Amino acid sequence: MVTRVRSSPVFVEPPPPMPTPIVPIQAPPQEVSPPPTVRASVEDLSFFYGKFQALKSVSMPVYDKRITALIGPSGCGKSTLLRCVNRMHDLYRDARYQGKILLQPGDINLIAPGVDPIAVRMRIGMVFQKPNPFPKSIYENVAFGPRLRGVRDKAKLDHEVEAALRDAALWDEVKGVLQRNAFQLSGGQQQRLCIARALATRPDILLFDEPTSALDPIATGRIEELMLQLRSRVTVIVVTHNMQQASRVSDYTGFMYLGELVEFSPTPRLFQTPAKKLTEQYISGRFG
Amino acid sequence: MQDRRNAPSGSESPGAPLRGISTRRRVAEWFGESALFLAAASSILITLGIVGVLAYESSTFFRHVSLRAFFTDKEWTPLFDPPHYGIWPLLSGTLTTTLVGLSISITVGTIVAVWMSEYAPHRLREVVKPVLELLSAVPTVVFGYFALLVVTPFLQRFIPGLPGFNMLSAGIVIGIMTIPYVASLSEDAMRAVPNNLREGAYAMGATRFNTAWRVVVPAGFSGITSAYILAISRALGETMIVAVAAGTQPNLTFDPREPGATITAFIVSVSLGDLPHGSIGYQSIFAAGVTLFILTLGFNIAGHWLRRRFREAY
Amino acid sequence: MSAPASPPPGVLEDRRLIALVAGRRRWDIVFAVAGALLVAASLAVLGVLLATLVRDGAARLAPDSIGGFVSNFPSRFPARAGIRSALAGTALVMFVTMITAIPLGVMAGIYLEEYARKNWVTTVIEINIANLAGVPSIIWGLMALGLFVYTFGLGRSILTAGLTLGLLVLPIVIVATREAIRAIPQGIREASFACGATKLQTVRHHILPYSMPGILTGSIIALSRAIGETAPLITIGALTYIAFLPPAPFTAESKPIPADGESVSAVYSVFHQATAWLQSEFTVLPIQMFNWVSKPNPEFHVNAAATGLILLAVTLVMNTVAITLRYRLRRRIQW
Repeated sequence: MVTRVRSSPVFVEPPPPMPTPIVPIQAPPQEVSPPPTVRASVEDLSFFYGKFQALKSVSMPVYDKRITALIGPSGCGKSTLLRCVNRMHDLYRDARYQGKILLQPGDINLIAPGVDPIAVRMRIGMVFQKPNPFPKSIYENVAFGPRLRGVRDKAKLDHEVEAALRDAALWDEVKGVLQRNAFQLSGGQQQRLCIARALATRPDILLFDEPTSALDPIATGRIEELMLQLRSRVTVIVVTHNMQQASRVSDYTGFMYLGELVEFSPTPRLFQTPAKKLTEQYISGRFG
Repeated sequence: MQDRRNAPSGSESPGAPLRGISTRRRVAEWFGESALFLAAASSILITLGIVGVLAYESSTFFRHVSLRAFFTDKEWTPLFDPPHYGIWPLLSGTLTTTLVGLSISITVGTIVAVWMSEYAPHRLREVVKPVLELLSAVPTVVFGYFALLVVTPFLQRFIPGLPGFNMLSAGIVIGIMTIPYVASLSEDAMRAVPNNLREGAYAMGATRFNTAWRVVVPAGFSGITSAYILAISRALGETMIVAVAAGTQPNLTFDPREPGATITAFIVSVSLGDLPHGSIGYQSIFAAGVTLFILTLGFNIAGHWLRRRFREAY
Repeated sequence: MSAPASPPPGVLEDRRLIALVAGRRRWDIVFAVAGALLVAASLAVLGVLLATLVRDGAARLAPDSIGGFVSNFPSRFPARAGIRSALAGTALVMFVTMITAIPLGVMAGIYLEEYARKNWVTTVIEINIANLAGVPSIIWGLMALGLFVYTFGLGRSILTAGLTLGLLVLPIVIVATREAIRAIPQGIREASFACGATKLQTVRHHILPYSMPGILTGSIIALSRAIGETAPLITIGALTYIAFLPPAPFTAESKPIPADGESVSAVYSVFHQATAWLQSEFTVLPIQMFNWVSKPNPEFHVNAAATGLILLAVTLVMNTVAITLRYRLRRRIQW
């Protein structure tokens, strides 16, 4: 199906293309494949905004190249937990961490006092709730990360940008107009651009903070499809308030409530046979 | 290809420790922040410079001239023989021109502000407001020309015996020049008043006039007084209009139909001459300047205090 | 006071109420008209100003005499007097003013918006900037006289003038920079940091470029304010009768560049030659106008009006450009 680009300044989301992946994707791993390695482990993590304790002794594993979802009602701390992993809280006053977030291999504690937050953000990527591309060209948006990491050679940059845009399922739509301003893309395309921007930094872990809550249903569907494509290639933690999304997309799910991790298990098990009553109540819509 | 996405940054092998930013970058960060801080802190240095110079030069002045003479002598003639150092002639000039100016700018400015905020159609206001602000962008020496060669002859037709230099013309033009300050800032303050206050009044059958003056203006009180204080400061410190149109002869009077020198006009007239550095005449301009500085500073502080005291929390 | 009698059925208001409301409505109309008239009158002043200057001075700017006006130096003869030195002085002083105010102001603005923590130092800095904005311009002149001219020994020069005016308009640049930076949404900063950028990198690649248009607008306004400033320059001793131009770089008849290869004094000499104009005495357009309008001979008033026309035109054009830029900006980037 040919996707025709309109000449009006705002791109409208083109219909989903036929599934012809540029890079062959592995078949989803069978249940009998070897158990996944742990890429990071949150150990007894507590977080304080000033006097208020937002996270209470959270511990959970983050499995390598799997998608881990965090669900829970508003204010339960899932976004707070996510932002601890890439030290975003350090940008604001009065943030205090306790406990450990160990990145493997190497047992590197991301929240140790001596660890530079910039160094952490060089290894961990994030996609935000409201798409926030830079008001620059599409190319420059994606190239920002590699440039920060010292890539200067034009050919190499071109290669990185193309690879990231392909992996974010955006390349076909923008390959002829890389110099156009990112603000002219539709909401869904902007979000995929932000994903490409994060992917271009080759993160150890990619964090998604409610990536589709600001998007319309069609765009949401495309992003979810993209996340499925990233499965088994990138380690992902996604925070979502949409339970169905979590059950569709993730391998593991953690349910949080009032700053605590109530339950954590493989997604099918958490949704079908939750171990805790609270989890069951949330899933069946009793609250939240 | 599949694994490429999660390859660690650059060419590090797994297990490498977190590499922070390089020392070179760290040093650059530190230099950058320090330079930016120095730029911001320079404002403190500038204030110190102003205060320091004024204090130093006027302190030398006040070693020769007693404060009592300064405030009670009825003449200001530092360059004559014998010299007199009474500040009141200059103060009377400053106050007279300022009062004339304020009587125009505050009345006209407030009415214009209310009109723009409550009566004017939106489109019209968007055009009128910037054009009004253009009025305050005119160089003051051009206003001085206007005062001397247009306003004075015009006034002379109605006030027989009005001298060529007089404080009335200068005051009127100062008033015209400061209308935009009052109008624009008051209008901002009034526009910030939330609509539900107005709706409450309208719902009781009030007209626009009632609502504007009984609800909106009191609600925007702190912003409006700020605007007034700004206009006062501006009028007090005005130099070229008075230097051109009111003359530079110190004259202890509050009658605007006479010529008179303001503090600012005096400083200008002395600077045009040739005064040896360190002489009493040279220091007299600093003494006059310090008086002006304290006056405007006083009003600025009063304005700040008023704003904080009456700041509305909507 | 007795309550008004209820109106007969079918009628909305009784007679007393009608009279009351009509009275209040009258005030409404009176005020609307009065307000519009006052606004029109205020705006008309601008028109009258322009018309006066044109009536008095346009003759001097007519095609046959403008050439002479612009290229002549001041003179005792009104018909032969011109603004050559004043034009050069204004241009050079404005150059130094902008070089002083813009880097300093932008850097201060960036610090206050991106780096400053909420401690007492920051509060003191902000209070200072607010106060400096309210200092009468003649006080700036006094400070410059005592500090720059005498204590620092910079003399009655273009350098002193440029520094003084630069500091005078500094608050304008700072406020414009801060407003422009504040308009940048937080999401952009978070995105930049999430990619691994440092604060300085974020400022350099994002904050500064995106706030440039706003900074530009503020700079234009600052420049237009500085061009019209007269009092501080008179105070520091700008002369009113200047019949020469500041020396162009490398033409000053000061120390020749030594040919014997002594590198240090050669560098100093080159520097001196290139910057001799900074130390020159000068005059500027508003002072020239002031000088002419103060003369009793009405023929000089023609020159003053012509100069005033130029000043007014320049100021109005600059302000209009700035306002249009600001308006266009608000529509271009919809964050």
